[in-house]
Amino acid sequence: MFKNLFPSKILTLTNKTISGLVILLIVVVTIGLFYSLLLSPPDHIQGDSVRIMYVHVPSSFIALGCFGFIGMSSICNLVFKIRLMPLLAKSLASIGCVFSLISIVTGSFWGKPTWGVWWVWDARLTSMGILFLFYIAYILTWKFIDNFEKANKMSSIIGIVGLFNLPVIKYSVDWWNTLHQPSSITLTSAPTIHYTMLVPLIIMLFGMIIYSLIIFLMKYKTEIMKYKINKKKITNN
Amino acid sequence: MLSKKVKSRIFFLFFTMVLAAVGMFIVFKSLENNVVYFFSPTEIYSKTNISFGKKIRVGGLVKVNSINKNEASISFVITDLKKEIIVSYTGILPNLFSEGKGVVAEGKLKDKKYFVADKILAKHDENYMPPEVKKALEKSNN
Repeated sequence: MFKNLFPSKILTLTNKTISGLVILLIVVVTIGLFYSLLLSPPDHIQGDSVRIMYVHVPSSFIALGCFGFIGMSSICNLVFKIRLMPLLAKSLASIGCVFSLISIVTGSFWGKPTWGVWWVWDARLTSMGILFLFYIAYILTWKFIDNFEKANKMSSIIGIVGLFNLPVIKYSVDWWNTLHQPSSITLTSAPTIHYTMLVPLIIMLFGMIIYSLIIFLMKYKTEIMKYKINKKKITNN
Repeated sequence: MLSKKVKSRIFFLFFTMVLAAVGMFIVFKSLENNVVYFFSPTEIYSKTNISFGKKIRVGGLVKVNSINKNEASISFVITDLKKEIIVSYTGILPNLFSEGKGVVAEGKLKDKKYFVADKILAKHDENYMPPEVKKALEKSNN
C-alpha cells in the first residue's frame, strides 16, 4: 500500500481514481447528512443542537490525525532524510488547518446555546486553538522560506514540537477540569453515546476521511510535480 | 543496518523529545491552578491560600431541589457529592441550566460556603441519548 505513495505511482494517478472517490464521497456524505440531520433523534438535553456534533467531532478527529501524520513524517524526515516525507506532510497541512478551523467554529456555534458562551479559555479549547496556530506556522514556513532545504528543516521542527500538543488536546478533558465534556467514545469502555447517534457520526467521519483523501491525493500530486520542476530548473541553471 | 549518522540523529531527537516532554510536564504541573477551568467545592475547601477578592470559577452539579428563584435573583447549591457551596446570581441563565446537571459559576467567594456569581455557564456531560431512551431509563430506575 505504501508503494502507491511513491512519486512514479502518484504521477500516473488518473482522474478515474479521483472521480471514483468523488462518487463514493457523494454517496457516503448524502447518507451521512440524511441520517444525521433527519433520521437521528434529538438529544434529551441539547435538543437539535446535538446535530452540530456530526460535523464537529469528525473535523477535530481529522485535524488531530493530520497533525499526527505531519509530526511523524517530520521525525522520519529529520532522521532518515526521506524526500517523500516533506511533500507528504505539506499536502496534509492545509487539510488539517481547514478542519481545525471548522472544528473551532462549529464548536463555538454549539457552545453558545449549550454553555451560554461562544468561547472559553479552558484547556481543551485553548490547546485546539494552539493546534490551529501550529498549522498556520507550518504552512507559512513553506510559503515564506524559498530555499527548499531550509523550509524543510524549519517546518519539520514545527511539526515535531506541535506533536507534543496532540496528547494535551486529547487528554486535556481528563487531566484538568474543563468546560468541554470528556470523550464519549473511548477505547476502554462502552460509548456513552446512543447508537442512533453513533452510527451517523461514524458515517460522517468516514465521509470526511474520503474527502480528505481526495484533497490529499490531488495536493500530493501537485507537490511532486512542483518539486520535480524545481529540481529541473536548478540542474538546468 | 542503520548508518552511524542516522543513529546519532535518532539518539539526539529522542533525548530532545524526552527533555521537552519532561519540561512540559513540569510547566503544566506548576501552572495547574491556571490550567484548570474551574475548582470543585472540595478543592475550594482544601485550598489554604484562597483569595476572596479575586475572580474564580466553581463547578459541579446543581443540587436537586436547591434552586431558589426570586424575582430577579436566583440561588442554588453546587455540589460535587462531597462538599457544597451556595451560589447566588442575578442575570440570565443558560437554557441548559437545570437541577442535577453540570454547571460552572464565575464570580467571587464571600467565604468558603458562599459564592456570588456574575456569570453562569451550563456544562454538558458526555452522555448523548434520545429523549425516549432517557424516559425508558428513568422508568426502569423507578
